[in-house]
Parts: sequence; C-alpha cells; structure tokens
Amino acid sequence: MSSVAPSAPTNAKKRPAGTLYRGREGMWSWVAHRITGVLTFFFLFAHVLDTALVRVSPESYDKVIDTYKNPFVNLMEIGLVGAVLYHALNGLRIIAVDFWSKGARYQRQLLWAIVFVWVVVMVPGAFFMLKHSFDVMFGSK
Amino acid sequence: MATSMHSPIPPVIEAPRSAPGRPRRGRTNTELYAWLFMRVSGIVLVVLVLGHLFIMNILDGGVQRINFAFVAGRWASPFWQVWDLLMLWLAMLHGTNGLRTIINDYTRRDGTRLALKGLLYTATTITIALGTLVIFTFDPKI
Repeated sequence: MSSVAPSAPTNAKKRPAGTLYRGREGMWSWVAHRITGVLTFFFLFAHVLDTALVRVSPESYDKVIDTYKNPFVNLMEIGLVGAVLYHALNGLRIIAVDFWSKGARYQRQLLWAIVFVWVVVMVPGAFFMLKHSFDVMFGSK
Repeated sequence: MATSMHSPIPPVIEAPRSAPGRPRRGRTNTELYAWLFMRVSGIVLVVLVLGHLFIMNILDGGVQRINFAFVAGRWASPFWQVWDLLMLWLAMLHGTNGLRTIINDYTRRDGTRLALKGLLYTATTITIALGTLVIFTFDPKI
C-alpha cells in the first residue's frame, strides 16, 4: 500500500500512539471475518455429510433434513446466513482495500456500507426464514 | 513509536511482513497464489453460496420444501450438478486455506502446527472426495 496515512484522529489525546488500526473498525471487521469464516467452514463439513445421506436412502436423508425444519435449528440457520452474508460482504470490502487505489483510505466507510447492506438483506431474509416456524408455533398452520 | 501526546503527526507504522536480514526461504510464490486464490474463489463463492442460501432457505417456502425428491429434481439438471460441484470444491479449498492461515497464526509449537494441519488436510481430502462421489453417483431411483 502507498504511504498515505489515515487522517490523524481528532481525539488523539485520549489514545496512546499506534492504535490507528487496533481496536477500531479495521480490527473488529477482521476478527468477525475470522469467526464467521471458521463457523461456516465447520458447518460445511457437517453439511457435506448430511447431504451424503442421499446416497444411503431417501428415508435417512429426509430424516436428517427434518432437523433443519425444527424452529430452534431454524434460528441457527438465520445465524448461519448472517455469518455467511457478513463474510461475503466483508470479503468484497477486503478485495476493494487490496485492489482499489482508494480502498485503504475508505476502509472504514466501506465497513459501514456493508453493515448497512447486511441489515437491509437480513431483515426481510430473516422474516421469510422464520415465517414457517411462526406459523407452526402460533397456530395458523 | 512514542509520539508526543499533542503531536498531530501520526505514529510511524512499520511495513508488514518485512524481515530485515532474513533470507527468502524458497523460490516459490505459494503464499502469493494462496492469497490470490482467496480473492478469486471468494468472488465466485459470493455468487454460488449466496445463490444457494437464497434458493434453499428463503425462496418458495425455504428449507421446509427440501427432501430427497427435491434434491433428485435439482440434480437431474447438469447445471445444478456443476453449480454444487464447483461450490463444494471452492468452498472447501477456501475454508481450508483460511483455517491454515489461522493455524499458522496461533500455534506456537511445531508439533501442534503439524498435527492440526495434518488433521485439517485429512478432513478436507475426505470431505471433498465424499461430496464429489455423491454428486457423480447420485441415483434418484435408489
């Protein structure tokens, strides 16, 4: 990256030197990227295994897929979709930081932009994912 | 490192990964290719995985409509077979390289690092092989 330094923080008095990155958006987005990546990767192992049951019998596959339809597991699926969506959006932000000449300068704004997109997608997404669970638990089905 | 408390000059940050005096270990660019693979596979996976999640979890009743017959209907089409095969390979390799980075970052003893990576590569090989086998040998009339 070029030698462009991020603008000096206005409240520099309160912070020790050398924390332009540490403890701010840049660091926490990196932490969240690692955690969401690892969680998704561990789920992927389980998911390949459960899908492999189509090779055993239709009954065994349908049985394991029924766990995904349970309202509690349904909540965890929203967590998974949220994790994957964050990882995808932040991955695009990382690519922008690496390849776009102004990416590093705007990394903070880029983070808040992807957080905004995440919320806009997750609100209707969670609604449609929870619809059936609500119908089952509160009796309209 | 220590700038004056009232100085407007930002602190000097050393360039990352600079190892003065240490010779380059090899002639290969493996880490560069791994870095590039994460970006290229990442862009493809954004489409494949978000598309997969949207179709499976949100569209048309979401996960409630998924069963053996649904899978059989999808894998009757080569398009979805290729989609799922590509997604399996790219996601597994992307995740494996990500976890490899994390293991390299946090393990302190050579033995621990070797053991964890051995476990990771074994699990990855088995999972990619199993998933590929399932897609290629799927039989809707089982």
